[in-house]
Amino acid sequence: MSEKKNGQVRIGVYICHCGANIADTVDVKAVAEYAATLPGVVIARDYKYMCSDPGQELIQQDIEEHQINRVVVAACSPSLHEHTFRGAAERAGLNPFFVQMVNIREHDSWVHTEREAATVKAKDLVRAAVQRVYFHKPLEKRRVPIHPEVLVVGGGIAGIHAALTVANSGKKVYLVEREATIGGHMAQYDKTFPTLDCAACILTPKMSAVKAHPNIVLWTYSEVVSVDGSVGDYKVVVKRKPRYIREDLCVGCLQCIDACVFKEPKFDDEFNLGLSKRKPIYIPFPQATPKVVVIDPEACIQLRTGKCKRSCLEACVERGAIDFEQKETYEEIHVGSIIIATGFKTFDPRRLPQYGYGRYPNVYTTLEVERLVNASGPTSGQVITRDGRVPKSVGIILCVGSRDENTNRWCSRVCCMTSLKLAHLIKEHTGAEVYIFYIDMRAAGKGYEEFYQRVLNEGVHFVRGRVAEITDWALDPSEEGKLVARVEDTNTGFVRRIPLDMVVLAVGLEPQFDAHEVQRMFGISCSLDGFFLEKHPKLAPAPTYTDGIFIAGLCHGPKDIPDTVMQAGYAAAEAIALADTGYFELEPNTAYVVEEECSGCKSCVPLCPYQAITFKEDKQKAFINEVLCKGCGTCVAACPSGSIRQNLFEDEEIFSEIEGVLAYA
Amino acid sequence: MEEKPVTDKLVTGADWEPLIVAFFCNWCTYTAADLAGVSRMGYDPNVRVIRVMCSGRVDPQFVLDAFAHGADGVLIGGCHPGDCHYVEGNYKTLRRYHLLRRVLADLGIEPERLRLEWIAASEGEKVAKTINEMVEQVRALGPLRLSRRFREWDAELASLEAEVKRGEEVAAHV
Amino acid sequence: MSDKPKIAFYWCASCGGCEESIVDLAEDILEVAQAVDIVFWPVAMDVKRRDVEAMPDGSILATMVNGSIRTSEQEEMAYLLRRKSQILIAYGSCAHTGGVPSLANQFSREQILRYVYEEAPTVVNEEKVRPQPRHGHNGTAVTLPEFRALVRSLDQVVEVDYYLPGCPPTPKLLKQAVLALLSGELPPKGTVLAPDTAQCDGCPRRDTKPTDLKINEFKRPHWTQIDPNTCFLAQGIVCMGPATRSGCEAQCIKGNMPCTGCFGPTSRVRDQGAKILSALASSVNAREPEDIEKILDGIPDPVGTFYRYSLAKSLLRAKVTR
Repeated sequence: MSEKKNGQVRIGVYICHCGANIADTVDVKAVAEYAATLPGVVIARDYKYMCSDPGQELIQQDIEEHQINRVVVAACSPSLHEHTFRGAAERAGLNPFFVQMVNIREHDSWVHTEREAATVKAKDLVRAAVQRVYFHKPLEKRRVPIHPEVLVVGGGIAGIHAALTVANSGKKVYLVEREATIGGHMAQYDKTFPTLDCAACILTPKMSAVKAHPNIVLWTYSEVVSVDGSVGDYKVVVKRKPRYIREDLCVGCLQCIDACVFKEPKFDDEFNLGLSKRKPIYIPFPQATPKVVVIDPEACIQLRTGKCKRSCLEACVERGAIDFEQKETYEEIHVGSIIIATGFKTFDPRRLPQYGYGRYPNVYTTLEVERLVNASGPTSGQVITRDGRVPKSVGIILCVGSRDENTNRWCSRVCCMTSLKLAHLIKEHTGAEVYIFYIDMRAAGKGYEEFYQRVLNEGVHFVRGRVAEITDWALDPSEEGKLVARVEDTNTGFVRRIPLDMVVLAVGLEPQFDAHEVQRMFGISCSLDGFFLEKHPKLAPAPTYTDGIFIAGLCHGPKDIPDTVMQAGYAAAEAIALADTGYFELEPNTAYVVEEECSGCKSCVPLCPYQAITFKEDKQKAFINEVLCKGCGTCVAACPSGSIRQNLFEDEEIFSEIEGVLAYA
Repeated sequence: MEEKPVTDKLVTGADWEPLIVAFFCNWCTYTAADLAGVSRMGYDPNVRVIRVMCSGRVDPQFVLDAFAHGADGVLIGGCHPGDCHYVEGNYKTLRRYHLLRRVLADLGIEPERLRLEWIAASEGEKVAKTINEMVEQVRALGPLRLSRRFREWDAELASLEAEVKRGEEVAAHV
Repeated sequence: MSDKPKIAFYWCASCGGCEESIVDLAEDILEVAQAVDIVFWPVAMDVKRRDVEAMPDGSILATMVNGSIRTSEQEEMAYLLRRKSQILIAYGSCAHTGGVPSLANQFSREQILRYVYEEAPTVVNEEKVRPQPRHGHNGTAVTLPEFRALVRSLDQVVEVDYYLPGCPPTPKLLKQAVLALLSGELPPKGTVLAPDTAQCDGCPRRDTKPTDLKINEFKRPHWTQIDPNTCFLAQGIVCMGPATRSGCEAQCIKGNMPCTGCFGPTSRVRDQGAKILSALASSVNAREPEDIEKILDGIPDPVGTFYRYSLAKSLLRAKVTR
């Protein structure tokens, strides 16, 4: 039957050694010999590296010289090299979809140790592929056009850098930021390690560049609320929250803030982590971009009660930028690709009550100290504890919420360097004795080890050991009025009590609180730790499994600023490349209804999440729009009369695979 | 006298190893199985994985066909609810799985022989754990191997067929 | 004997309805009788097995066998008629896919015999006598056919050339088949002689099925006031129509009863029950296992519902442990 349809089937089978990766566990020769005995197989070979040029040429030669018209390659996962071998077939004039891969590395040699069992498994899988490839059909690749516009979600340094890079290539960028300003966490930092250049000095020019860039549409105080479509054409809806200020009219003169009926700032200032206060109408920080005030509806008397003098309105009477009637609005955009740079949150140290955060006022997080040492921070750069003292001794505890079975298992990567930097700055600002409590010091990075040495030489004390607790229970007069770190110094083997005026917790980095919702909305995956999952940990660390969606910065996992910028640039380059190519090739694995077989029972119609299936009233048949079909095959499995087919996953192909693996059962 | 159940007649000797056919969705579970490989998480070699784009592609016919051709167990792996690459293909799989289990139970196939697991792309360890668990469970249940049972069931036909042939030969000689 | 083509009919494990359906040809049967010689038809003519055995092999143009195969005698007759016939046609659901009798494949031979000869409420059999394949009496041996462990479709015993589906097939399909036989214009071997689309094609209620069907509840027909104009599935009543071959002219539906699947699956489907299961379950309007289960409780006997006529030919064929 198939012969009539597909001509005489001549199958070539290629078993890859992958060096020793496969050959050490699977008897590749035996598999090849076995494959040669299977019906339809004309040639079966084994070769050291099938993916190498000579390996691919082997296939090409056999296609040309032995008229092979089906190719089975037993090697690694199809996610790695399917396109390689399809390419080889195509170069030799064979339709690339006559190639079937067998995964005998990730699914076999790498997970089994018993040679015999692994070889039997390889044979079963090869047989299944041989039986399957028999039914393969020539298919055409599908191309979808790419909208040149790019959406960047998140306006921290990753999003800023990605947006600027894409915009500089001449493409239009939408940058959406949830907060009232871009800048992200980096804007809160004082100095950056290891060079100690001021974060604001290097960041704010980039923020201004974003605002000024003709190719960037900047939407702050906005959130993506829905994402539809796929690579090339994502339909995204962005909610623009009311800031009660007309952005186009506000010039950032800040007179409204002075005019506010609250004479004194009274509300926690988020940017300074509550270390200072702000008014209901405020600007997050002086260099906020856009430089537009925002009104906190929870604090503003007018918005809460409708009964306020509204002195701010008077202050802005000329420009009329204040608008208490402002409502949220929704913008719908179409973009070809999306860069997600939604950042991270810091570990909440209240989860480790032994460190007393929230209980002892003089226990801080690293981020809080960043603000304390910052010249434009709540204390104008003076390191003063919450009880108003200049500390004489400061302890920094590393790995709080990192490398800990009880909280987060991963290393947050930046806390060692951040702590070294803060140790240096605290010492510089106060002359205090600084202790760093560490498990291991990790200073891998350009100039990092040198910086570590510098801080060592400055006389910071390094105590190797996980602090058991911070207590205010004084055992002798030297501890009176101080916090005491109880720690086993594993270098000396003693349990020590170190009295401190200030404790800094180097809090680890965690996925954003809503990372899971973001992940679902964009249809990407998370790693076990909850950070977004990249397509390949080495070779594709910005693309995701969802074509046209890239990740950059700390939403993907802890990393420092240079790595963030590099990844953001990489993500941008991918997005630019996609837009410049102008199209994207899709797997031709769409489903289609065979019209003369369809009974018009409509069972399939409601099952498609993409509304690709419609019921044609004139013909009384279902119809699948292949442009909208994403190739999941759910309708195929549900069609009660077997009248829907899925390319590459036809019933016959899957049945023959099932029966192939079970041939000897 | 109670007739011997068919199972007893089956070989339960040392040569039997559970054979499990797995349908893994491309985006989550298949990728997780790749990750298990990359991380060298060893597991029992009794599973044969068939890749589909979405667990929603798993036609209940595939499950029955696998059983009919000798699988001792069938494992379906999909994305976690809410995480489906195709929005909600996995919910369709879940519903079919519940109904299919009822049919299987009525046809004497233990529910443990069909398993549906949500395994995310990052859960390589769960792939290894699920497979090992299932192999153990199926091992405890013993062989299903319908392919062999069908041959046994049809042995009653073969004897008559042979008898008829013999009769014909005799008739031809007379 | 005339030179007219020879036709035979035979019945195996069947209810007799298929025989009735032949008579349902009404006046047309006279035309058929004129065109052919009916050489063997136990229900209507006194022709013995030995008469058939005496016929030359292949001398019958076509034999239509209805009923499934349960006993050794039915097997023997299947072998015999296969040998004597050029074309063997499985007539009706039982011969085609096992039919209702093959629902017995959910039980062991022992369970069936015990029930029928001992436990059935109308049976009085204190000595628990059971029929024996061989019985000696007064020096003579009496034999009975053996009761097989499984019910089989005709093609699970002998090679079958064509199938006429239905419980029973319609006179129209029979007439078409006979005309095709006489004209010699036959489709490829193995064809089911009925349209290869599902019931909904031509169903008078199709327009009333919504394109966004969500099943919140399965209702049983005898507990429901069935709207005579609305798609059964839209009313929450299991209808096998979407998974069942058409050709029956929607007789049940016109009688306000849902399709129960007697025409078997289309040629693309290997397991009719699995397919309707897949289609119905996919549209169940629940996401949590408990909610799904609650809705599925509305189908108390899924095997009897989805495999009413096709258990023998289903992929699993029978209950595995009986």
